[in-house]
Amino acid sequence: MIASDISPLASRLSSGAHTRAVTDPFHGDLLEVSMGPHHPSTHGVFRMQVTLDGETIVKLKPVFGYLHRNHEKLGESTSYLGSMPYTDRLDYLNSMTNNWAYALAVEQLAGQPVPERAEYLRVILAELTRLLNHTCLAGFLLQDCGCSGTPLMYAFREREKILDLFEALSGSRMMCNFQRFGGCRTDASPEWLAAAKQLTDGYGAFLDEYERLITGNEILMARTQGVGALKPDLAISAGITGPMLRATGVDYDLRKVDGYGFYPRFEFRVPLGDHGDTYDRYMIRVLEMRESIKIIQQAFATLPAGPVMDPKAKLRGFRPKPGEAYGRIEGPRGEIGFYLVSDGTPNPYRYRVRPPSFVNLTLLEDLCLGHTVADAVIILGSIDIVLGEVDR
Amino acid sequence: MNADSILERGPLLVRDWLVSFLPEPARWLAGSLLAITAVIVAFASLFALLTLIERKVLARVQNRPGPNRVGIPLTKIRLFGLGQPLADGIKMLTKEDIVPRSADRVLHFLAPVALLAFAILTFAVIPFGRHLVPVELEAGVLYFFAAGAATELAVFMAGWASRNKYSLLAAMRALAQLISYELPLLLSVVPVVMLAGTLSTTGIVERQGGWTFGLLPQWHVFTPWGAAGFAIFFVAALAESNRSPFDLPEAESELIAGHLTEYSGFKYALFFMAEYFGMCALCGMGVTLFLGGWQAPLSFLAFIPSYIWFGAKLMTLLLAFMWVRATLPRLRIDQLTRLAWKFLVPLALVNLGVAAFWSLSADWTGAVRLTRWLIAAMLLAGPFVLLGRKLTAGLAPRIYRYAT
Amino acid sequence: MLGSGLLSGLAVTAKNLVGSFHDPARLTTVEYPEQQAKLPEAYRNFPFLVSENATDPMGTLRCVACQICEKECPPQCIYIEKSKDKKPDATGKLQLYPAIFDIDTSVCMSCQICVEVCPFEAIKMDQVFAIATTDRFDALLLKREQLAKPNAYYHTIHPTEAAEVDARLATERKAAAEKAAAAAAAKAAAPKPPAPPPAA
Repeated sequence: MIASDISPLASRLSSGAHTRAVTDPFHGDLLEVSMGPHHPSTHGVFRMQVTLDGETIVKLKPVFGYLHRNHEKLGESTSYLGSMPYTDRLDYLNSMTNNWAYALAVEQLAGQPVPERAEYLRVILAELTRLLNHTCLAGFLLQDCGCSGTPLMYAFREREKILDLFEALSGSRMMCNFQRFGGCRTDASPEWLAAAKQLTDGYGAFLDEYERLITGNEILMARTQGVGALKPDLAISAGITGPMLRATGVDYDLRKVDGYGFYPRFEFRVPLGDHGDTYDRYMIRVLEMRESIKIIQQAFATLPAGPVMDPKAKLRGFRPKPGEAYGRIEGPRGEIGFYLVSDGTPNPYRYRVRPPSFVNLTLLEDLCLGHTVADAVIILGSIDIVLGEVDR
Repeated sequence: MNADSILERGPLLVRDWLVSFLPEPARWLAGSLLAITAVIVAFASLFALLTLIERKVLARVQNRPGPNRVGIPLTKIRLFGLGQPLADGIKMLTKEDIVPRSADRVLHFLAPVALLAFAILTFAVIPFGRHLVPVELEAGVLYFFAAGAATELAVFMAGWASRNKYSLLAAMRALAQLISYELPLLLSVVPVVMLAGTLSTTGIVERQGGWTFGLLPQWHVFTPWGAAGFAIFFVAALAESNRSPFDLPEAESELIAGHLTEYSGFKYALFFMAEYFGMCALCGMGVTLFLGGWQAPLSFLAFIPSYIWFGAKLMTLLLAFMWVRATLPRLRIDQLTRLAWKFLVPLALVNLGVAAFWSLSADWTGAVRLTRWLIAAMLLAGPFVLLGRKLTAGLAPRIYRYAT
Repeated sequence: MLGSGLLSGLAVTAKNLVGSFHDPARLTTVEYPEQQAKLPEAYRNFPFLVSENATDPMGTLRCVACQICEKECPPQCIYIEKSKDKKPDATGKLQLYPAIFDIDTSVCMSCQICVEVCPFEAIKMDQVFAIATTDRFDALLLKREQLAKPNAYYHTIHPTEAAEVDARLATERKAAAEKAAAAAAAKAAAPKPPAPPPAA
């Protein structure tokens, strides 16, 4: 809906070489296809109402909301703590970063300090989540490109290992519910740290193999290079964040910009693309994974001892003073932020999520115009959405 | 091995013995029917096995064990999941056959039947062994490709009759694919026909007999034009049989199931069967034309019956098909046709010239033979690199910068 | 270029095909009903109620029906009704107990918040995950009797955590006992003692 509002501007900005007016009577009929909500590669219950000229897309209307669960209103009717497990279910692949963003917002609201070890653990877990998400994305994107499951299965083989770590630490594979206001719920045992370190050290080898499998593949390059190119100015004006923005060449990474958590203590680089096309979006994520490995290794090397929970933090009867706060972090998909208004009661007065998937998805039509159905599928895949977060 | 040994003639002897119970006028008919039955039964069981093997190979490539549960019913014997095809068959048979209300009922029914019929027709001219060719046709190669081309018609029929937009798109794609890839497929075969001097499949296989140094085979694939021709044939055969990376008509991630979207139950199984039959037939033709048909790979291995060698080569090619499927992503329709018209067709034409050169230089002897190889290889490598560069112009791995 | 990327991809898949037959790192499948992956100690599924004694689970529930979990439960899947009478709890103090304690596991999202907010260590997370039923209403609404599991069971599924909890409860009990003893001594010293409290 937003996409169709800004599309005239967008089609001027993007190349739009193949586009033609939808009402043009001289070139035969157009074909309207409703892709989704039950389609193998819409990544959930998402619908693309596409108008095709042959196989070329002349109009695309994204329709979402099939998975709407009243998340924000629920947040206003449960306590601050009670919303934490619901944030797991926003972007159900990245519950750790969702937890952190929400905890950050509440901690800002309540002026709650966080112990040093907890901050380190948060960085480790957030970067593991980034590995997990980007690995999955690479797999899903290749699946959308028509690989018969092989890259996806390799990706999931590695993802399982990270999920095992999450399960050993938080008790649940995907719905971690791990961060608390003022620290983390439990401390990581030495065995867990050793296992996590072993995984991180071996991850580079997996990425090397994965890249040998697919990155130099001519078919992949033909399918993705120049497809769904996004201009930086359009990306900025649409509020795109995360790897999708950095693929267009805009240097904007909240880990550097905000320096939240202990990220300024770690050394890492931010990869930038020059074309903003699907291939760039894929490669930026692969390169980000390599940087994440470095961050985790640094964090393991300097992990301090100490408590993981602020002793003064309150679990029951938590009532922050009236005020407002916006906590945001660089999630794997982009800026995930929580805006909270407190009126001094146990429940937030206003609870609002800034979901990266949703905002990134709004440009779908502009990316797809002039490309074919087959491209629309991989462009959608490269935007990297999770419908739980888009629809909330 | 002696061409007339018991093992080699075994299938024929069985046929003759069975037929001998009938009166003389009916023997010819019964013999043909027996051959047809044997081919259908053999390939139907191969199909059942292939579905399992393909799933197993895909699974192993993907680091999974694959289907391994269904063994002998009512026991705990699993036999590595060998009962899976049977279970699948029963499932397909017992499933409801759904025909969309607005579909063209007749065409919707005819499409899978026609597809299967055309796929089976192609088996007629493939020499499965020294004495095992169902129909000895003078123009066997021509017949094979004529019958093979008709399969795509049935795919179009299925897509059209379903009255589904995805199916229709798939049907259009199938037609584009057929027209594009029929050409390189045929052009890659022309040199074989040219050098063998015959259109008969048995004749072509017999031309590939004989041994270099009394040991190495003289298959077409071991010549420059044969290797290039085989490569082109392999790619075109992948496309003709709608296999990944050319599975555009079925394109699961884009068109749900393409022309199969509206098919269920046993009609779906028929499509599946026809696809595998087509694949087997094309692989069988590839073996016949380039890999020496039923000839043994080394002279001292010739004691093994010819049909076993044919089967082994066929399985190797089928496994290569699966291997490719497990690795490569799918092309887009415009890239698919571009690959055919701008790369495979010109290359096949060049290959035709190379084959002509090869045939003209057949009487070169001594050290000059090596030059013959070099010239042929260069004649092929040059256009390959040039055409390949042209085809992949603008595509390259990229170097990425980092924010400072 | 010129197909080298395709060939390197084919090499990787061939390596994996062969590797899956001899390299355990390349065949990670656990064939579930026969083999089972070991659950990590932290694994959580649905809550259960801890009782001190396996022979009398209803009589020795640690739960005192304070209803904090009921209030804090985000999806509100817990329903508690307090008892009319009182029973002595683990420390010997007279407490209420839950006359009704229901958890609707079709609603529960296994978030563990009830465990975290419980001041009495009375509700813990279970690890039983094979919970399929043929009735999705009544069979998934777990009653007090189905929820109660002895402390020994808690020790078998979360040994480290249970040991900590027991140690903490032991010190509390000891403190309570000392306090009671001190109170009794004070009462004994008082000139006119009231009726003695019922034996703990």
